[in-house]
Amino acid sequence: MHRRHHDMGGLPAGPVEQVEHDYAPWEKKVDAIMRLLTDKQRKIMTVDELRRGIEEMGPGIYDELTYYERWIGSVTNNLIEKGVITVDELGRAMEEAQARHAEAAKAVCP
Amino acid sequence: MSGHDHDHPHGHDHGHHHGHDHHDHHHPHPHQPDIEDRPLTHYQAMTEAVADLLVAKGIVTPAELRKMLEAIDSKSPAAGSRMVARAWTDPAFKQRMLADVIAAAAELDIDAGGIPIKAIENTEGVHNVVVCTLCSCYPRLLIGLPPDWYKARAYRSRVIHEPRAVLKEFGTEIPDDVEVRVHDSTADLRYLIIPARPKGTEGWSTEKLEALVTRDTMIGVAVPAV
Amino acid sequence: MSGEAATDARFRPGDAVRVRRAYPPGHVRAPFFCRGKQGVVAELVGAFANPEELAYGRDGRPALPLYRVLFRQAELWDGYDGPAQDTAVIDVYENWLEAVR
Repeated sequence: MHRRHHDMGGLPAGPVEQVEHDYAPWEKKVDAIMRLLTDKQRKIMTVDELRRGIEEMGPGIYDELTYYERWIGSVTNNLIEKGVITVDELGRAMEEAQARHAEAAKAVCP
Repeated sequence: MSGHDHDHPHGHDHGHHHGHDHHDHHHPHPHQPDIEDRPLTHYQAMTEAVADLLVAKGIVTPAELRKMLEAIDSKSPAAGSRMVARAWTDPAFKQRMLADVIAAAAELDIDAGGIPIKAIENTEGVHNVVVCTLCSCYPRLLIGLPPDWYKARAYRSRVIHEPRAVLKEFGTEIPDDVEVRVHDSTADLRYLIIPARPKGTEGWSTEKLEALVTRDTMIGVAVPAV
Repeated sequence: MSGEAATDARFRPGDAVRVRRAYPPGHVRAPFFCRGKQGVVAELVGAFANPEELAYGRDGRPALPLYRVLFRQAELWDGYDGPAQDTAVIDVYENWLEAVR
């Protein structure tokens, strides 16, 4: 019998830690990206594809990553698979994002 | 959020070539961690990159992104609380809400979105509580983004199997002669609990009633407390 | 109440059903813990594009009837710790249900 990692109903677990945090801007951005990609106007991906992508990350990563890290990981893989973006573009855009961030840091702390 | 930022197997050297070394100099002002004084994490950079690429390709506009972020920020449990308080004081509205949450929300100028939502009423005989054991489905448009615990392993694993013990951890004791019913929201429905109106609230103002209807009472892990 | 009209749904509210005891790999929507368990159809919600197909980028047609199925907790879990009347309602698509004769 094959039980997948995310399918956890009934498994033993510790007390519910009633922790919450205010969502960071980047986390909300992930949410916004997902909502735009799934809206009626675009229909570029589905929530079902998001879930499938998260489940396929496998047990280790599923628990290691935070919620919105799982989301953006899955969204990005789906966009690559669909040919919306390429791995090469993604790598370059990530370097640009880091560079921009570093410039902003310099501006704050000269 | 960032507990594993530094021990990730992949991706953390992007950007180190570009920035100065943030760890070696003294800042004369207090830090705001996670903002300017560290490189973006791998997944933060990925988020920025995906947003940039979607804009560059004309798939989304910056205005759409900004509007969506504002929409996310504008959602809170207040919408759900208004609906429940109205249901408590207007039985005909409650019936319409039980039949069709999205239409009932529209009556109050609340946008409940396009995903079907089902309202479930707590009664003297049945206490209801909601979980999504497979992921984290949640009626965000009516009660905002979910709390961390709702998405976490302990809640998702245990509330379906030992609901009374979990409810007790939230300070909620359900008498043994009341049925506890757990709703596992695995599919295309989202659930909103209509908690029972507490005794002793007759004649209360709408504002006072709404204040009783907390997010947790609409998930079903709490009951309104007078 | 929502989704598309499920005109050729196999089950009606009150029907006894069992969740298939099946364990395919891949994205499925019947939680592990209810497979092989018997419940009663509480509600026919409507028909929805098949999420197990949507998950792989296909169109999810034909749409599948979705039911809310009521289970006794004592049926779901050996040695359930609470009162006998406690229940769970799980949203289950028709491809996962079989009739109990």
